[in-house]
Amino acid sequence: MSEQSITDQLQARFGDAIRDGDPDAIDQWIEVDADCLAEVCEMLRDEENIRLDMLNCITAVDYLHTDPKKAEKADWDPHIELVYHLSSIRYKHTLVLKVKLDRWNNGREGELPVVPSVAGVWRTADWHEREVFDLSGVEFSGHPDLRRILCPEDWEGYPLRKDYELPREYHGIRGR
Amino acid sequence: MASKTDDQRIIEFDVRTDEMLVNMGPQHPSTHGVLRLVLRTDGEIVSQVEPHIGYLHRCAEKIGENLTPRQWIPYTDRMDYLAGMNMNLGWALVVEKLLEHQISDKARHLRVVIAELNRIASHLVGMGAYGLDLGTFSPFLYAFREREKILDLFEDVCGARLTYSYLTPGGATADLPPGWLQQCELFLDQFEPIIQEYHALLTTNAIFIKRTAGIGIISAEQAISYGCTGPVLRGSGVEHDLRFNGEEIYTEMYDGYVFEVVCEKDGHYPADEDYPDVPSEAVLGDCWHRFYVRMLEVVQSVKLVRQALQRYSTASGDYGVPIKFNLKLPKGEAYLETEAPRGQMGFYLVSDGSAIPWRARARSSCFCNLSITAEICKNCLIADIPAIVGSLDVVMGEIDR
Repeated sequence: MSEQSITDQLQARFGDAIRDGDPDAIDQWIEVDADCLAEVCEMLRDEENIRLDMLNCITAVDYLHTDPKKAEKADWDPHIELVYHLSSIRYKHTLVLKVKLDRWNNGREGELPVVPSVAGVWRTADWHEREVFDLSGVEFSGHPDLRRILCPEDWEGYPLRKDYELPREYHGIRGR
Repeated sequence: MASKTDDQRIIEFDVRTDEMLVNMGPQHPSTHGVLRLVLRTDGEIVSQVEPHIGYLHRCAEKIGENLTPRQWIPYTDRMDYLAGMNMNLGWALVVEKLLEHQISDKARHLRVVIAELNRIASHLVGMGAYGLDLGTFSPFLYAFREREKILDLFEDVCGARLTYSYLTPGGATADLPPGWLQQCELFLDQFEPIIQEYHALLTTNAIFIKRTAGIGIISAEQAISYGCTGPVLRGSGVEHDLRFNGEEIYTEMYDGYVFEVVCEKDGHYPADEDYPDVPSEAVLGDCWHRFYVRMLEVVQSVKLVRQALQRYSTASGDYGVPIKFNLKLPKGEAYLETEAPRGQMGFYLVSDGSAIPWRARARSSCFCNLSITAEICKNCLIADIPAIVGSLDVVMGEIDR
């Protein structure tokens, strides 16, 4: 099944919440509004002719220039992109979903952006979302057990954010 | 107190036991590296398992945002250090996908030789270490004896025995040395008959079957939902192998090669004419099946290496010119998964147009494979935990990155 027909099918149900991505991209993607992500994913998994039954990967990409000169030239505003790579074992096709988020919820620094969890759709999302939460600082609402997975529980900050700074000290170990 | 029934297990209920939290790892020989499991036990029965990971976290993805793609190659083979070549290949291909870079046929066949040899070496460790988990020492020694020979071959090719950094975006860092093809052929001739020994040692061993058959069963639906891939997915009877079903840039490497996806059909493995049949105790998706899929994949890999050697020696072109260290990447992004020995290893590369990636991401196969432990270890015996975790054949370096 082609990417375009999946998009059409999604748009028929969710309307403007589904948008086409860059047509020149190597891997075509669909942009989805954060609010309806869980429903979109459920449909992608269950719809008889789509059946994207496997979630391969969730990645968070932080778009932020820490250098003000570069930030001026950038053609985007600072934001975080969640990228969901999906595939179908039955039909062997793939799909990429993107969700755009503010870097901080309501612009209040320290308040993490929130996305509905898809752990109820694909069980593997449980660990992937924990990793994104741990390293990139995105909160997943409705996640069964959202806590750090790779870093220690008392670690501060989100290492894969572009403005992350290594702590000066961690339990007596020098950081920088 | 005499029991009314003859069933010996009933006595369990006469003995009052308390719930206890048992910590297993991170320094435990049968957890395959630094994996920590917290078990909630009642007597010998485990009611809950909670894996704790991250002890080997080395910030590989963050480092990837500060290095050019060729400089990141050494970091990829330190993830899954038992299959460094396959990791190099995965990253090399995703960079080539972004660059839309074509490599020669010769380089492609060279990659098949190297990647499949590494698959054999990796599965040999998986097999040997699994025997070790279950308390038998000798298969480990036999497995490492053969693996050493593969490492010798790799050493001749690139000078390293574990962290190769050999396959690289654009091709490989060097051509195969003179006389190497004959040496490789010699190894295959000598290795192929030995596979029967492994089956005699483990696959058909009555104790081994007792310890693995019917334990840690993963259904096909569970495996897919948890994102399990590779031998774990195929051990549950799902016919899915990226060498057939992957993206074109990867499958074209295997164009024209004759081999099979190892997967059970109607109670039999199609490729197993000379190899033992499934024992009656085994259930599809259990530890025994995952182990057996790996063993049969070794046979397929031997076939592949033989064909690749033939094609390599007659192919035209060069072994591939590695891209420049500071080559500017086009703006854009690419994602690609390859079939590594432990499952589908994915790399995701986002570029903003400079020589250094904006984001480098590694989708680890073992990370997903391990996440199912909590589900399948429910209500098993403590002694079965090493058998189940060992059958997933995880490498912590790849999980923690």
